[in-house]
Amino acid sequence: MSTSGLHVRLKQTAPIPLDVELDCAPQELLALVGPSGSGKSTVLRAIAGLGRPAEGYVASNGVPWFDTRSGIDLSPRDRRIGFVFQHYGLFPHLSALANVMESLVDVPGVERKRRARDLLSRVHLDGLEDRLPAHLSGGQQQRVAVARALAREPNVLLLDEPFAAVDRSTRERLYGELAELRRELSIPVVLVTHDLDEALMLADRMSVLYRGRTLQSGVPFEVVTRPNTVQVAQLVGLKNVFRAGVVAHDTTRNETIIEWRRNRLRARSQPDFPVGTQVTWAISQGHILLLDGAAHTADANELHGTVVQYVRLGNNAVVTVAVGGLDRPPLFMSVPLHVARQHGLEQRRDVRLALLPEGIHLMPSDSGPESEVGKHRRIQPASDVAV
Amino acid sequence: MDWDALWLSVRLAAWTVFILFPVGIVLGRVLAWRHFRGKAFVEAMLVLPLVLPPTVLGYYLLVALGSASPLGELYQSITGHQLVFTFGGLLVASVVFNLPFVIQPMQRAFEGITQEVRDAAACCGLSRWRTLWRIELPLAWPGVLSALVLTFAHTLGEFGVVLMVGGNIPGETRTIAVAIYDRVQAFDEYGAAVMSATLLVVCLAAIGATYFTGARIGRRHHEY
Repeated sequence: MSTSGLHVRLKQTAPIPLDVELDCAPQELLALVGPSGSGKSTVLRAIAGLGRPAEGYVASNGVPWFDTRSGIDLSPRDRRIGFVFQHYGLFPHLSALANVMESLVDVPGVERKRRARDLLSRVHLDGLEDRLPAHLSGGQQQRVAVARALAREPNVLLLDEPFAAVDRSTRERLYGELAELRRELSIPVVLVTHDLDEALMLADRMSVLYRGRTLQSGVPFEVVTRPNTVQVAQLVGLKNVFRAGVVAHDTTRNETIIEWRRNRLRARSQPDFPVGTQVTWAISQGHILLLDGAAHTADANELHGTVVQYVRLGNNAVVTVAVGGLDRPPLFMSVPLHVARQHGLEQRRDVRLALLPEGIHLMPSDSGPESEVGKHRRIQPASDVAV
Repeated sequence: MDWDALWLSVRLAAWTVFILFPVGIVLGRVLAWRHFRGKAFVEAMLVLPLVLPPTVLGYYLLVALGSASPLGELYQSITGHQLVFTFGGLLVASVVFNLPFVIQPMQRAFEGITQEVRDAAACCGLSRWRTLWRIELPLAWPGVLSALVLTFAHTLGEFGVVLMVGGNIPGETRTIAVAIYDRVQAFDEYGAAVMSATLLVVCLAAIGATYFTGARIGRRHHEY
């Protein structure tokens, strides 16, 4: 294990159960993702020293900040951290400049002011140094908080849902700024968010937390398309989760063949599941294609289905397709509106789909509550659905 | 006009404020931010002097501080004289009956400082003293100030407890409020009127001066 970066192991049973292992390398942005109450913020507070778990180890660049075995527990003041709070935690009676200067208490007077000005200019707040937080917009307040967090030249930057309190357009601008800023940072950055898209957009790695446990860590796209368990699949919002049986392993084509509703589907080779085992499989919506009238795809799995629901959402259409019977859980896919128009998609229309083998991901079938997997999704009669 | 009584009252009020300022800061912060067993009981006990008739409170203080009590005995063994019917005894009583006046406004003021702001101070690396001085006190200032003004004015005007614990010894325990009562009893209406008016002016001046200073200090904290 490398000593550089941040290493976190936390364990406790009460008041909030925790069983967490995280590593974040310098220059890496790790997103902690999970529903509310999953313990994300508790983990962040434990890293900062604002909360004390019953058992654990937190170290930065090999220096322990918290270690229950040897009784080490540095106060937040003594851990070099930059923390951006959800509502920023700015000192309301101090100007933007004074807020940043508070983080530079160890620096002598004149230099302190100069450094604080530099930091504010780095987050594009020139000219607003003398404003009180109440006279700054949400996005500007967030930037002051970021400047203040960086002022201490921290070893770790912790961001607790930093985009939750601003409107959508500001948020998108701030995403860009954070991405730009972190290129200049050589420290680990931990971002807590409940927004999966945020993690996919900004993070190098992500950890899925649920009820205080890290269920899976990895590259965001990997975690989202290849969850370890059904539970993770559900948490990352995979809607296409079904049961099937493994029927063969095709070593020449490097594929695993599964049988699903009397269709043989070719999947990316996953030899850990022996022939004959029952598995749960999942496919992300990006791996399902809509086929044109006569076109065939040699490499993909071709399926026939019926559109049972067609809902426009902005520039996309969410299409629900029944495969192998209207009473069985359907497939979900999202297609751009112009593609949907091109294919003349509407309810009750028969369609041909291609499921890309590399997108078919197998999971142990006993890894989640069965009822969730095969949950009977009853489809509304077509006439009830808004187009 | 009994200048001695006025001076004694001002001294008593000033000492009370001086002692209760740190006590209020400590207890106000604890009650605002900490959760512990028996907190409701502690809060109730601290409010008690507010609802008890001053004579009842005075009676219990007289018993608790009297030379027959362990506290009174200890005091007497150290100083050689008793605690009740002295300025010291009066000060102890004054501190006790002013507890709710100082703690409640301070507690509310500290409750107004969010956890995020306090956590941010710690994460910025501020020491506890600097956090108190630069962040907490400026933010809680209006509440802290009103607590101190209330305590000062309340001590100047307190009558029942003072009479019970201190009696009416000129230069030692006769406060302006007791002196006014004394004048009225002696049918010296002019003396009572002069002293009442003086008390009114002193109280007004104290409140005005404190608010004025408070506003200036508040403004200074907004600049850098």
